[in-house]
Amino acid sequence: MHAAVIVFPGSNCDRDLAVAFEKAGAKVSMVWHKDTELPAGVDIVGIPGGFSFGDYLRCGAIAANSPICQSVVRHAERGGYALGICNGFQVLTETGLLPGALRRNANLKYICKPVKLRVEACDTVYLKGYEPGQEITIPIAHHDGNYYVDDAKLAQLKDEGRIAFTYVDNPNGSVADIAGVVSKNRRVLGMMPHPERMAEPAHGGTDGRAMFEGLMDALATA
Amino acid sequence: MTEPAITEDLIEAHGLKPDEYQRILEIIGREPSFTELGIFSAMWNEHCSYKSSKKWLRTLPTEGPQVICGPGENAGVIDIGDNQAVIFKMESHNHPSYIEPYQGAATGVGGILRDVFTMGARPIAAMNSLSFGAVDHHKTRQLVHGVVEGIGGYGNCFGVPTVGGEVRFDPAYNGNCLVNAFAAGLADADKIFYSAASGVGMPVVYLGAKTGRDGVGGATMASAEFDETIEEKRPTVQVGDPFTEKRLMEATLELMQTGAVISIQDMGAAGLTCSAVEMGDKGGLGVKLQLDDVPQREENMTAYEMMLSESQERMLMVLRPEKEAEARAVFEKWDLDFAIVGETIAEDRFLILHGNEVKADLPLATLSGSAPEYDRPWEATAPAEPLDAATVPGIDPVDGLRALISSPNYAAKQWIYEQYDTMVMADTVRTPGFGAGVIRVHDTGKMLAFTSDVTPRYVKANPAMGGKQAVAEAYRNLTAVGATPLASTDNLNFGNPEKPEIMGQFVGAIKGIGEAVAALDMPIVSGNVSLYNETDGAAILPTPTIAAVGLIKTEDDAILGLPRDGHVALLIGDTQGHLGQSALLAEVFNRSEGDAPTVDLAAEKRNGDFIRANHALIKSCTDLSDGGLALAAFEMAEAAGVGIHIDTDDMAQLFGEDQARYLVACNFDEAEALMVAAGQAGVPIHSVGRFTGDQVSFGASSAPLSELSATYRGAFEEALG
Repeated sequence: MHAAVIVFPGSNCDRDLAVAFEKAGAKVSMVWHKDTELPAGVDIVGIPGGFSFGDYLRCGAIAANSPICQSVVRHAERGGYALGICNGFQVLTETGLLPGALRRNANLKYICKPVKLRVEACDTVYLKGYEPGQEITIPIAHHDGNYYVDDAKLAQLKDEGRIAFTYVDNPNGSVADIAGVVSKNRRVLGMMPHPERMAEPAHGGTDGRAMFEGLMDALATA
Repeated sequence: MTEPAITEDLIEAHGLKPDEYQRILEIIGREPSFTELGIFSAMWNEHCSYKSSKKWLRTLPTEGPQVICGPGENAGVIDIGDNQAVIFKMESHNHPSYIEPYQGAATGVGGILRDVFTMGARPIAAMNSLSFGAVDHHKTRQLVHGVVEGIGGYGNCFGVPTVGGEVRFDPAYNGNCLVNAFAAGLADADKIFYSAASGVGMPVVYLGAKTGRDGVGGATMASAEFDETIEEKRPTVQVGDPFTEKRLMEATLELMQTGAVISIQDMGAAGLTCSAVEMGDKGGLGVKLQLDDVPQREENMTAYEMMLSESQERMLMVLRPEKEAEARAVFEKWDLDFAIVGETIAEDRFLILHGNEVKADLPLATLSGSAPEYDRPWEATAPAEPLDAATVPGIDPVDGLRALISSPNYAAKQWIYEQYDTMVMADTVRTPGFGAGVIRVHDTGKMLAFTSDVTPRYVKANPAMGGKQAVAEAYRNLTAVGATPLASTDNLNFGNPEKPEIMGQFVGAIKGIGEAVAALDMPIVSGNVSLYNETDGAAILPTPTIAAVGLIKTEDDAILGLPRDGHVALLIGDTQGHLGQSALLAEVFNRSEGDAPTVDLAAEKRNGDFIRANHALIKSCTDLSDGGLALAAFEMAEAAGVGIHIDTDDMAQLFGEDQARYLVACNFDEAEALMVAAGQAGVPIHSVGRFTGDQVSFGASSAPLSELSATYRGAFEEALG
């Protein structure tokens, strides 16, 4: 598996995501936001957490218009895989690859803590390492993680089984407790929690590791 | 533009005493220009010159085989083996945080991060030590919210994990809150960057954000005349941009890889003035600056304003000229300013040109080296009357615990630290909430532990003992996670040093700190002094914050577990039941009486070494400090979600704050082995109870853990959320 991790000015989980991919056995290329093309042979694009462009204007909005993001959109439209974590999820909604938007947390504060997530019955390679209904603990760390979609879109996401994770105890006011959603073709996942921060015993838990290992299994042969 | 004439009022407005002004006249042999007056005031104010404290700071132990660089550079550097170094410092941003809590605290974090990455280190951990006024004082809630959001807003965006800190509330801080920010970074030991310039005719390069009028006069106070001279008044508190700082850090570290950097210095207090003078002075060179080339974000800025601006996220570098193109490309990549603004010169001159005019022409070495130094009169703090224990009324011990954990001073602080990113970089092993913060040294088996401690009420009662105690508590917090303490940084917050009793507190605390860091081998490698923390003549509690760093050489040496049902609770160290100046006395009876507990440094060392030597027998460990055995036992049990039974119900045994003590949890076999080892080492050890069930009990007094936990977890937010 060849993973590309995009680096925007202000990204600060780029190394963490690269490490998680590498530990799962992937080859990782760091890709600068001013680049216009992804490296050849990339299977999956990782869009890391952080504060791309300082979160100015709107979280993820400027990054979504960067040169490399045009290439990420083309990659996804061709059926490529893309994983956006935290700020990466915000970027993916801003590009339109994923529906909805991330608003300010309901309590108006930044929240960093481990939270319980429920793995939803969502048929995607990202969840191959989990059982539907399984509860896992993954940290969140965001100021703007309050997921919003309108009722019609929510109904569609439910119908199409595109909700990947929900919060067991909603920390930020997200509609329908949604913590992560996938694209219609199930190859683009956006999630606010940080699986790369719960991937080694030293992190205090390894519930995030299954995502990277599941991806590796699925994409190693792809 | 014509500069204003030098008048007595203008001199006074720059915080310069008449004798200090006389000295300036002697040094330059003429009347200074307005810009020159500003430069002198910036170099000679208390903040930059340490004129009241230098004499005493020199007495602190700063050396050891682990020390690569002690005080005098941007931050201290210590060796952690394998050609790796940790670079760290703590610095105050008290006054700005009281005026504008969000930006004051945010730029405090920004400043300390810059101090660390200026030396070539990537920041890997942050902490903060905060002191606020009374919980019910009308300013407190607003300050707490603003400061915490400011620290989070800056550190979270920058991407450094906040791994620890402390918070206290006392009416003595009603008019002066304290915000002390700590940062540590990691560098290769053979790639540390210093500030001394070298080579004549080398380009002086300005890096980072543009210069504005923010912070002009941050060191001096405005007067009527002053108003007229500054066209556009801006708050003296600077505004931070963590996004620019993050890019500046990445660009600086990348730049250092190119070999282009001869020397580098961040622009902190007194910005361009301090950084340029420092680089020149350390290199024995002069500096010429052409201010027209300084990137500016406001129009018509004067030389005075540019030399005194404290705009954030800026650095000054002396460049290897042949590497200019490469260096410039790095900054262009990160969309940051890169401008050659001057050069090093052979003469001892600080020459400032603007337009076609010479705005300042001063002897650089003298400007830097001849700042006034005072031996301020001081009065030793009178010995405290010991507390008469008979005057402490008996209360139910669980009620005593309840009173402590419902006070924001001792309640859980998750309302604060959940607003900080504690895990970015994915190397955090222990997040805040229980003892020292611990991170892995990336891609190695090593870990680093961080703690920040001081008990101001002890320092007030007995400055020397309180100073010792701050160091001892830091030593214990590092020891409790299995770390070997390596070095410390001190942030000395006091009132007005011109008052002999305040200066006496300062002198006493320094003596205590000095003795303790020598005995415990934790030399002071960096630090900061904040004086004049007074409002309407009322000083803060003397608050010499000690932040310290410890090394855990391998994962196996770490003590990071939590107690389990059935574990024995062992108390290491001697208990006399010292209730003077205790948390119990303060919180339950509102009394600040008695002396600080005695710190026996030999016992601290012996007990600490014992913990490290026997780490394999210890499942979980915490130090005993505020609230004594009762609070330590509760915190340990609460973190693990298991009940605790402590055999004694004696208030002094439970709540006494004797030093050099730890509470340890382990199973029976390990407990037996520890007892034997302790006997051999001459370390006092007692079985004091067991971790079991779902109750917290002290003798016959008990309450459900769940109830106490709810109080402990909810009290802070209830009072201040």
